[in-house]
Amino acid sequence: MEYKNNPIHAPGLIGRLADLFWRRKWLLLLLMLLPPLLWLGVIYIGSLLALLVQSFFSIDEFSGLINYELTLKTYKELLVPANLDIIIRTVSMAAAVSLAAAIVAFPIAYYAARYARGKWKALFYLGVMLPLWSSYLVKVYAWKLILAKEGILNWLIVKLHLSWLLDALLATPVIGGNSLSVSYIGTFLVFLYVWLPFMVLPMQAALERVPINYLDASADLGANPVQTFRNVILPLAMPGVIAGSIFTFSLTLGDYIIPQIIGSSRLFIGQAVYAHQGTAGNIPLAAAFSVVPIVIMCIYLWMAKRKGAFDAL
Amino acid sequence: MTSAVELHQVSRYFGAVRAVDSVDLAIEEGEFFALLGPSGSGKTTCLRLVAGFDSPSQGEIKIFDKPVHNVPPYRRNVNTVFQDYALFPHLSVGDNVAYALKIRKVDKATRQKKAEEALEMVQLGGLANRRPAQLSGGQRQRVALARALVGQPKVLLLDEPLGALDLKLREEMQEELKTLQRSLGITFIFVTHDQTEALSMADRLAIFNNGRIQQVGTPENIYHRPQDEFVARFVGSSNVLASSELAQLGIQAESASLRPEAVQLVTNGGYFAKVLAKSFLGSAIRLQLALFPGGDSQLQSTPTNMSSKISPIQLSALVDHSRAELNVGDTVRVHWPEGSLHIMRVSSSISTGEL
Amino acid sequence: MRSSYAEKAPLGLKIAAILGLLFMHLPILLIFVYAFTTEDKTYQWPPPGFTLKWFSVAWNRPDVWEALSLSVKVASISTLIALVLGTLCAAAVSRSKFFGREAISLLVILPIALPGIITGIALRSAFNLADIKFSIWTIVLGHATFCVVVVYNNAVARFRRTSGSLIEASMDLGANGFQTFRYVVLPNIATALLAGGMLAFALSFDEVIVTTLTAGQQATLPIWMLEELVRPRQRPVTNVVAMIVVLVTFFPILCAYYLTKE
Repeated sequence: MEYKNNPIHAPGLIGRLADLFWRRKWLLLLLMLLPPLLWLGVIYIGSLLALLVQSFFSIDEFSGLINYELTLKTYKELLVPANLDIIIRTVSMAAAVSLAAAIVAFPIAYYAARYARGKWKALFYLGVMLPLWSSYLVKVYAWKLILAKEGILNWLIVKLHLSWLLDALLATPVIGGNSLSVSYIGTFLVFLYVWLPFMVLPMQAALERVPINYLDASADLGANPVQTFRNVILPLAMPGVIAGSIFTFSLTLGDYIIPQIIGSSRLFIGQAVYAHQGTAGNIPLAAAFSVVPIVIMCIYLWMAKRKGAFDAL
Repeated sequence: MTSAVELHQVSRYFGAVRAVDSVDLAIEEGEFFALLGPSGSGKTTCLRLVAGFDSPSQGEIKIFDKPVHNVPPYRRNVNTVFQDYALFPHLSVGDNVAYALKIRKVDKATRQKKAEEALEMVQLGGLANRRPAQLSGGQRQRVALARALVGQPKVLLLDEPLGALDLKLREEMQEELKTLQRSLGITFIFVTHDQTEALSMADRLAIFNNGRIQQVGTPENIYHRPQDEFVARFVGSSNVLASSELAQLGIQAESASLRPEAVQLVTNGGYFAKVLAKSFLGSAIRLQLALFPGGDSQLQSTPTNMSSKISPIQLSALVDHSRAELNVGDTVRVHWPEGSLHIMRVSSSISTGEL
Repeated sequence: MRSSYAEKAPLGLKIAAILGLLFMHLPILLIFVYAFTTEDKTYQWPPPGFTLKWFSVAWNRPDVWEALSLSVKVASISTLIALVLGTLCAAAVSRSKFFGREAISLLVILPIALPGIITGIALRSAFNLADIKFSIWTIVLGHATFCVVVVYNNAVARFRRTSGSLIEASMDLGANGFQTFRYVVLPNIATALLAGGMLAFALSFDEVIVTTLTAGQQATLPIWMLEELVRPRQRPVTNVVAMIVVLVTFFPILCAYYLTKE
């Protein structure tokens, strides 16, 4: 009995197509890449480039129409003090949030990577995954509930007789305000809360890769736990921290909803972009504003790549 | 006569690397043929070219006289047993074995029957419902074998099939493979880096080195008449003697090979030699000897004195346990039978430096 | 031998880790409490009383249903597109080494690596330039763009774990490329694709930043919620919807977790 497909028998259309793809492997590769490349490479990158180009147009102050001549006028406008304020405010917030997230995330990531076993490991993993994937708006909404004047936080502070502390905090210039929900502290808390899981996961991934015997070796060589932490664990966790901070940084830079709902009325980059493209109709300035996070993120990604952070993603 | 597989001047380049370099080979129908060589010598690439997973950069491959250029693997009458077995993890053992039949649209009942038969052939009857992950390494190996054979290929390719098994299992499987091949009567081509395996199983073998075939022949032929130093050293172990050493023995040749087991210890005649090292191998004892052709008086008076103009010839010898009392430093007489010293032509690529 | 470092966590670390986890979960749990409060004008804590009546109020709100159905539609279509594009990309990148592989990985990651507002503004201005009217399809276009990466990541990870010799084995046994895909590749990556699809669905279902910019008059559920957040009209209904959104997204996330678990 002969089972094997006999080459003499003419294969059907599909068979011949399969043969063609086998002989011309690049053709199959091309066909596979074509749809995603069209979608992401043409539509998405095309839109991004179009946006970039528009930042080199300007808007006519009198008519409000876009003047399609290449100019740096819009960038000059971007660098007026009021706009620079917005940029500095946003970048500082992003930096503060990233730093705080790294500090809060470390114990969770370290415990999950080093000590949690079996059921606890799964629990920790899900404990980070669920908030990571739960609805962004719901999370923001939850903080609106928490920070409300009649909300749970104020209630707790009164119960604990800590009102004086809150008042002192709110009286601090710049970061303070009338209440938590209209202060930078509030904005910061929500940002920290919403992006924290994005820091935990890459950090944990990086820490998982630290072999336990490194720590034993360090202890064996006479390092105390603090020295081991500083000289072994921290440097090895760094790629994870950087990978996580890519998310926290980028997400904070581009957010326009959190500062709108919880915070003072002072604008962040995201809000500026949103406002300029929407009500003001100043697409060139909106485009120029959105170039700022792109440039910042490109520099950030480039530095992260040099530190090897992408392996921890 | 029809060859099962023929390679004419086949080369495969990966960039500047010549993984397979101008290989000529004809494997006869029904042969158990081994491709033997160190890792990276091109033997696996050769097998993949025959299977169709890769195409030669140059040259022609024929399977039963038909050129297979541009014939995809699924249209070749050749099946492969993979080194990592490549069992489909999502299919049961039975479905794995029946895969080739399913592709050919054989009906389910026949498929199951054939698969069960194939499993029985490799002594795994009744395991059809297991998952590959539930099997031991040896069992997976057998499933891979049954899966490759169920479609009744004319040639079976085996890529280091026993590499992952432990020694005892490996010896068992060697026997079984040989029996199986005889009863099926189809051509087996198997790749290995283990020379004992190749010698014990193959009808003929090809020795690969640096992408080229060094020698093709029967195991006896290759063992006793290695063509060059590489073969002599790679297949079994050998004392390879250079022309200067041979000259001391009164032989005019570029190089020669002398198997350690051919070197005998005698009471009269022969050459004097000093024992430099002794190691216990279990079945035998290996002696590292320094041979002084014609330098016997000097050797007896001051064994450690190496002031002689002629340097000693280093030889290793395998002797039985009756010589266990020998110690390092002892002097012995050695001899080898006529014809056991095999004169080779010098392989130009290897003779440089080493001796 | 167990290492001394593996034995017991320092108490401080344990407390910090647990506090961190609580910080991540308590706010979400708070929403569950608020969904039952009797108070409808403020966010008063502790709630003066508990009631189930807001569930029926929310149930009878057509605008909630419309938003929900639009969100489900958008998420389903975007997930399907992302599944196709992400799988193709992952297969191409995993199966062969070609010039520009790295660039393709970067291209796929870019839509989530860049802040969402940039993706949103870029698409919005492109729609304006091309004179495309905002519709459910403009929303889908945006969503599929950033959902691809989720499917891609899951598929690439699975391809990496799937031995290349399986494909060769299948071809060796007589299956052509299509049969190999159908009988070997697809079953092996199916759970990863399902997991990727679930996560893509969750991502799309929740997305608001890009959506506000690529939607016209249509309101997805997150847009509906955003409006309620900026200008609260009926707080109790928002509470209920928020709680339901949490529950609805938990399900695919849990499924994805169990599907990709070893």
